[in-house]
Amino acid sequence: MSNQIIQGILLGGYYALIACGLSFMFSVMRIINLAHGSLAVFAAYALWLLASRFHVSPFAGLLIVLPLMAAIGWALQRFLLERSARGGALLPILTTFGLAIVIDNLLFEQFGADTRSLAPYIGSLSYDSWEWPGNIYVGKLAVIMFATAVVLLGGLQLFLTRTRLGRSIRATSEDPDTAGLVGVDARRANAIAAAIAMVTVGLAGAFLGMRATFDPYAGAPQLLFAFEAAVIGGAGSLWGTLIGGIVLALAQTLGAQVHPQGFLIGGHAVFLVVLFVRLSASGLGVRGLLRLGRTS
Amino acid sequence: MSLLSVENLVVRHGLLQAVRGVSFTIERGETLALVGANGAGKTTLLRAIAGAHQPAAGRVLLDGADLTNIPSHRRVGMGVALVPEGRRLFVQMTVEENLLLGKTAGRPGDWSVDKVLEMFPNLKPRRHAKTGHLSGGEQQATAIGRALMSNPGVLLLDEVSLGLSPLIVDRVYAALQGLIASGTTIILVEQDLNRALAVSDRVICMLEGRVALEGPSKEVSRDEVTKAYFGLHRKGTGSVPA
Amino acid sequence: MSTPATMPVIERGTATSRIAAMAVAIIITLLAIAPQLLSAGAVDRMTALFIYVILAAMWNALAGFGGLVSVGQQVFFGLGAYFAIRLADAGLNPFLALFASGIVVGVVSIPLSLFMLRLRNGEFAIGMWVIAALTHLLVNLDRLVQGETGTSLISLNVYDAGTRRATIYWLALASMTALLAILFGLLRGSTGAAIRAIRDNEDAAASVGVRVTGTKRLLFVLAAFGIGIAGALWLATSITFQPKTYFNVQWTAYMIFMVLVGGIGTFEGAILGALAFFLIETWFGGTGVWYLVGLGATAVLFSLFLPRGLWGTIEERFGLRLLPVGYRVRLAAASADDDAMPSPQQTTMHQEKA
Repeated sequence: MSNQIIQGILLGGYYALIACGLSFMFSVMRIINLAHGSLAVFAAYALWLLASRFHVSPFAGLLIVLPLMAAIGWALQRFLLERSARGGALLPILTTFGLAIVIDNLLFEQFGADTRSLAPYIGSLSYDSWEWPGNIYVGKLAVIMFATAVVLLGGLQLFLTRTRLGRSIRATSEDPDTAGLVGVDARRANAIAAAIAMVTVGLAGAFLGMRATFDPYAGAPQLLFAFEAAVIGGAGSLWGTLIGGIVLALAQTLGAQVHPQGFLIGGHAVFLVVLFVRLSASGLGVRGLLRLGRTS
Repeated sequence: MSLLSVENLVVRHGLLQAVRGVSFTIERGETLALVGANGAGKTTLLRAIAGAHQPAAGRVLLDGADLTNIPSHRRVGMGVALVPEGRRLFVQMTVEENLLLGKTAGRPGDWSVDKVLEMFPNLKPRRHAKTGHLSGGEQQATAIGRALMSNPGVLLLDEVSLGLSPLIVDRVYAALQGLIASGTTIILVEQDLNRALAVSDRVICMLEGRVALEGPSKEVSRDEVTKAYFGLHRKGTGSVPA
Repeated sequence: MSTPATMPVIERGTATSRIAAMAVAIIITLLAIAPQLLSAGAVDRMTALFIYVILAAMWNALAGFGGLVSVGQQVFFGLGAYFAIRLADAGLNPFLALFASGIVVGVVSIPLSLFMLRLRNGEFAIGMWVIAALTHLLVNLDRLVQGETGTSLISLNVYDAGTRRATIYWLALASMTALLAILFGLLRGSTGAAIRAIRDNEDAAASVGVRVTGTKRLLFVLAAFGIGIAGALWLATSITFQPKTYFNVQWTAYMIFMVLVGGIGTFEGAILGALAFFLIETWFGGTGVWYLVGLGATAVLFSLFLPRGLWGTIEERFGLRLLPVGYRVRLAAASADDDAMPSPQQTTMHQEKA
């Protein structure tokens, strides 16, 4: 059992990776990007293409794919989100949902329905493991993934608090008008934030491809995982994302123990429970929630 | 050449005309007070100078350069800094972080965090506190300090005494007096007429979006300003609004 | 502006709208006798169109009027089909089961609304998607459904193909007409003012005493009921039930496409959007993936460049109103300086927002 718990915690690292970009964009621009998962899958395909066609190892491929993702994030903010956010809070949801459909189906058109994986291109790393005391085997890839998540979240935290650019991004997220009045270029800050978010999405896509298989329509579940981890951890809080990812992964692991179909059900269920508890605690309590339903 | 000139500026909020063709100039080192009743258009005028509102007509010139189509963040780099009404601090960030944000535009000058803390000693122990937890006076000091950090050529102060106790207001104005003495160019909006006339070289009284009275602060009488303030000065000439 | 001659006139219908009302009656009558004249294939396609109109109108009720963008409405579509299967399996007449299923879906959506309506904007949107994903997984656990293998509405087979086709057609037509009439009545009635107030500014509406939550809940439940009926009708036309097909997010994508193209927040727009979608599907549906890419791209372009959709733009340009759900204020005599002909733009100086 303790073995499963450790595997669950390590899997939480992946969810934190995929969630942190979503959470970051939400906290800065107040936009939930529904194309988030599809863009991660896009990055995985880009790495797969480099590896299978040009024999570039997925790790080296990141040197190409991450800058590409940053450029995509910048363009996404400048050409789509900025314009659609001016139409209110609801429009970006529709814009990014439309974008997700375009990306998914273009990937399908280009790569077909076959499932792919990056595992064949990373040598023994995909199955190697370390033996820990107590007869516990942990996959090297899983540990690298978790470590990457911790380093990434820590790095983002330092960037936001210690650098001028990071402060500009935080100021923009708090009050874009006033940010302009103290000399911050809010448009630039948002575009840079989107670029950073997409770099994290690129990393998440790489690990998605290495630890499992993916297909053109794998974006939707990744979006749901990212959203669930971000909400469980408290939207907008970076370290919360890691905790959210771990809770989600543990619930899935537990669900899989209970029932063969229980992996996904466990994850969705813990998300709803956390949401319910938080809504009741922040508002009127469970009884108030029900009373609200009756009177209004 | 005047440091800053405003020419026939018109600013609209939707259908409402908040500023209706205002013109004035300010010389280097001068302190100009804007007075007028609530809704006279003072705040809108200051925000339009800072670039937070796009004017419908007219121009704003700084050292002869047209600012009208320049976004607010670049105006800060050119030397226009606003201390907004209600302070508008970044409450999730510390005093020091708020002050450092003022440096974003990268305009050269000798303001630094330490110098601001020297000017407002009450901020020293709160340097690493989130500004959301500060008292009103400390918040106002931070907001002024944040604007100073951009080494402004023109400092725009919008109701810095709003919501502060008289004692704190005295302290804030004592600090401002130092700035004025050092030759900083200032436009300030102030509800307290006596204070406005005392600190400024020149006063402009606004009424319903227009300049109702303009003159040297030492020469205009309180009575004249009061009349302009309430619109009692009109002699039936073309200035009657529709 | 204060002379009595320019007193604004408040009116509901226009001459155009009275003609439109008559046209609606004629169209419905014609549609009702159509199965006698159309080929079997055409009847099936028309049934699909009616279902699309229901989906578009219901998603529009939620998003366009309630300000609730959901990307999980497939949950009600899937549940509508699932409960129909369950009820028919329990021995209920299959046609009756279609409607009973819609009611069950509506009832299920009430407790769900208590919870989900406390989420805002994007959180609500994806939250609904999570609900849909979870419901899909739970339905898969039902032995009757046998996981992704699915099952069929076998009891419909006792009717011969002709009767079945015509009956489903009439049921779809009747459901569409009834749901549109309910929505129209809601928008015209006292709730309509509340709905429009919420659509224009939720916080302001709440501050003047509009019951925001109650009104939103009403729209949420109505949308669930309508989409549940649509899911059950779709099941009746295709007989087989595979959870993956019914709980597919593509259904919501279609709804969003129809409403965005037609005109979000306009009653006529959703119908126009469904018609546009129906034609596009008929012409380009065969092109497979590129068809879906085109749908997504069109949705993106509309959201960026024509967020009011086709109908919203037409309405704005020409002041045209067919089915008046709101009031319009008309300034009777235009001021002295415009002696030109009174074009619609001039007579309706205050664009009606409804």
